[in-house]
Amino acid sequence: MRKHWGLLGIFLVVCIVTALYGKNFLTAYNLMNLVQRTALFSILALGVGFVIGTGGIDLSLGSVVCLVGIAVPWLLIEHGWSPWTVVPVVLAGSALIGLAHGLLVTRLRLQPFLVTLCGLLLYRGIARWMTGDQSQGFQGEFAELRSIAVGRIPLPGLETFRLPATTIPLVVLAVIAALFLARTVWGRWLLATGSNEAAARYSGIPTARLVTGAYVACSLLAGLGGMLFIFDVGSAQPSDFGNFYELYAIAAAVLGSCSLRGGSVSVIGIVLGTATLQVLRNSINLLGLGSQLEFAVIGAVLLAGVAADELVRRWHAARLERRGAG
Amino acid sequence: MASAPQVSTILRARGIGRRFAGVTALDGIDADIRAGEVLAIVGENGAGKSTLLKILSGVLQPSSGSLERIDADARTHELRLRSVADAAQAGIALVHQELNLAENLDLAGAILLGREHHRFGWLDTRSMRAEAGRWLARVGLDLDPSTLCGSLPIAQRQLVEIAKALSANARILILDEPTSSLSARETERLLSMLDELRRSGVAVVYVSHHLDEVLAIADRALVLRDGRMAGTLDRSTMDRSTIERLMVGRDLPPVTVRPSLDDSSIRLAVDGLISAHRRRRPASLTVRRGEIVGLAGLVGAGRTELLEAIAGLGHASGCISLDGRPLTGTIAERVARGLAIVPEDRARHGLFTLDPVRTNISMAWLPRGAHAGLVDHAGERELVGGMITRLRLRPTDPARRVQTLSGGNQQKTILGRWLAVEPSVLLLDEPTRGVDVGARHDIHEAVRAAAAAGCAVLFASSDLEEVLLLADRILVMHDGAIAGEFLREAATDVAIMSLATGGALEGAR
Repeated sequence: MRKHWGLLGIFLVVCIVTALYGKNFLTAYNLMNLVQRTALFSILALGVGFVIGTGGIDLSLGSVVCLVGIAVPWLLIEHGWSPWTVVPVVLAGSALIGLAHGLLVTRLRLQPFLVTLCGLLLYRGIARWMTGDQSQGFQGEFAELRSIAVGRIPLPGLETFRLPATTIPLVVLAVIAALFLARTVWGRWLLATGSNEAAARYSGIPTARLVTGAYVACSLLAGLGGMLFIFDVGSAQPSDFGNFYELYAIAAAVLGSCSLRGGSVSVIGIVLGTATLQVLRNSINLLGLGSQLEFAVIGAVLLAGVAADELVRRWHAARLERRGAG
Repeated sequence: MASAPQVSTILRARGIGRRFAGVTALDGIDADIRAGEVLAIVGENGAGKSTLLKILSGVLQPSSGSLERIDADARTHELRLRSVADAAQAGIALVHQELNLAENLDLAGAILLGREHHRFGWLDTRSMRAEAGRWLARVGLDLDPSTLCGSLPIAQRQLVEIAKALSANARILILDEPTSSLSARETERLLSMLDELRRSGVAVVYVSHHLDEVLAIADRALVLRDGRMAGTLDRSTMDRSTIERLMVGRDLPPVTVRPSLDDSSIRLAVDGLISAHRRRRPASLTVRRGEIVGLAGLVGAGRTELLEAIAGLGHASGCISLDGRPLTGTIAERVARGLAIVPEDRARHGLFTLDPVRTNISMAWLPRGAHAGLVDHAGERELVGGMITRLRLRPTDPARRVQTLSGGNQQKTILGRWLAVEPSVLLLDEPTRGVDVGARHDIHEAVRAAAAAGCAVLFASSDLEEVLLLADRILVMHDGAIAGEFLREAATDVAIMSLATGGALEGAR
């Protein structure tokens, strides 16, 4: 937790400033919205966190979100499939996408950046082609199914604020991910692979399997996220649904102290990083800064955060050096 | 020595001490540095050599004690070095372990950096090159001063650094591990150059791990241990075993007597193995239960390729069997069968340098201690604590980052990772490269203990002394193939070298 104090500080400052100077920040409606968005984006960021932990990157997850998010209403409404078929099919499909990424990276030794950049183009293209670039939606049906994402759970003692249902999958996934990384042999080995792939291989760790597994987990969570996103919004355009989501996820992981060099992943950091980004987007809106500035502000905050982190790290290393010399 | 110079003390250290954040790194060091002499400073890693050098060269200031300059009339002046510039003023120059010549400058520019000749602000290249040429000749380098530094091999860059120091009027030259990246011949040249400098009245302070160099060049040796003076030796009292005893602070116990292994069973059998070595020649060998086999040979003879082929790293063809069953598949599968490999390049292939000692040691053991995939944290603590004691790892803190450990302790960490899983076959590539005497002894003893417990050990080493010390049987590799075999009793360094360099099979079995 100690390494997240800085991020927590930024998060609180943004919250306080927005609450003081913006309109409607502390309304139940706005807070519910923030929690909802944080939960959805955190699921994506957790997935990419695993890949980043192995020293890789996944640029394709926004397009996977799009492909799955478009495919769900397309299959349900246009093709009349039953939800009991659609959900397993799209999740299995996303896992297969991850498997393909993993095998291309580990067997063919292609660079993760390249493989997933091609994925980014490929899956969006497929989504647009298969729907004829037409908007897809539930047309008011499948309300029960959609309640997984749009449902609100009443909390005892609170009248207007009800907890978004997406918090449940997020908490479950985050706990599993945190336990996996901290407590299991595979989690330990995954991070070891990220921190020194060669040394991990020389230690007899099945690095190829772990890396492949990380890509599968990432795409699977992107698929799950895509499903929840479309349940949430109801209808979407194949041309822009999920645009830049991979960058929100990567930015959140980096803000949350996951090193892009691999070897360190923090689940708390990822969730807190996502929350910070969502609050920032929200506050740009509420402070009336103009949503055109959104990317510029996020870019600046991310850059400042990463630079500050690097400076602290160097200062710390220099102190260790001085103390350990001799 | 016909032209033996006047030997007189020009710099004296009195009771030098230095503390870092309450920890004493150096305490009560007295030393005389004399013109026309080579003073060697020796000690294990962490003994305080670097701290002392930094104090002598103005990088660090002593917490206690003082430095004194002694002038030609034998008068003493206190010397306070607040910076490297102060030290340069006093004629003291440090030639670093890591060389830092500007790669894009020519030799003249690099040697006279900061002291360029100029006329109305324009560089006077011709006169700079003339002066640089004189200094290059002084260190025995026959190079054009307009050559770019970046194009020189490391050995020559080092000499350029020395020329640079001399050109800045250095009377005391401090060399920190100057031969760590030099070949044997280059080392010899450097030593003879230092001998010349000594004759011309320069005081040389020489820090090295290599005791044979120290014995060859030093007039006196200052031995440090745990930041204190363990002793000062002069030519008459200086010999390898005395220095080693002072450095380690204990008599290294005699090595364990190895039992005879003639009737024990074969554990590792390699038949017609073609490794990634460019010559693609087949190699066959066997290692018995409890046997330690050494692979000797020159760099590039194919020892690393052979070990990696046995471990399943990289492409190879041929048959390998472990305890009679074929050993195939990925390295992960072979490790699961009881194979272990300690790689040559420990930072790249062995260690998770940013992680603590604890996770580095437990890495291979994890699945054994796991219940339903969950790491057994208590078992891990116990295992790592036991391994730290068994291998005499220093410091003993399992939370220390491996990065901060000395070479010997890093090597012990990797060895500990494998000893924790009690391997059937232990492959070691250069097990004690860059490791000090005490740690080397500990590592050898741990390997012997593993063998005594039934492990088949195959190690490669470029250090003949190590091969003769550790191996029960020695295989000599030359140009991708096994050129011959010796039992330890029958092996001599001359015979091994002869085979390793492609000589005849005389004396080999």
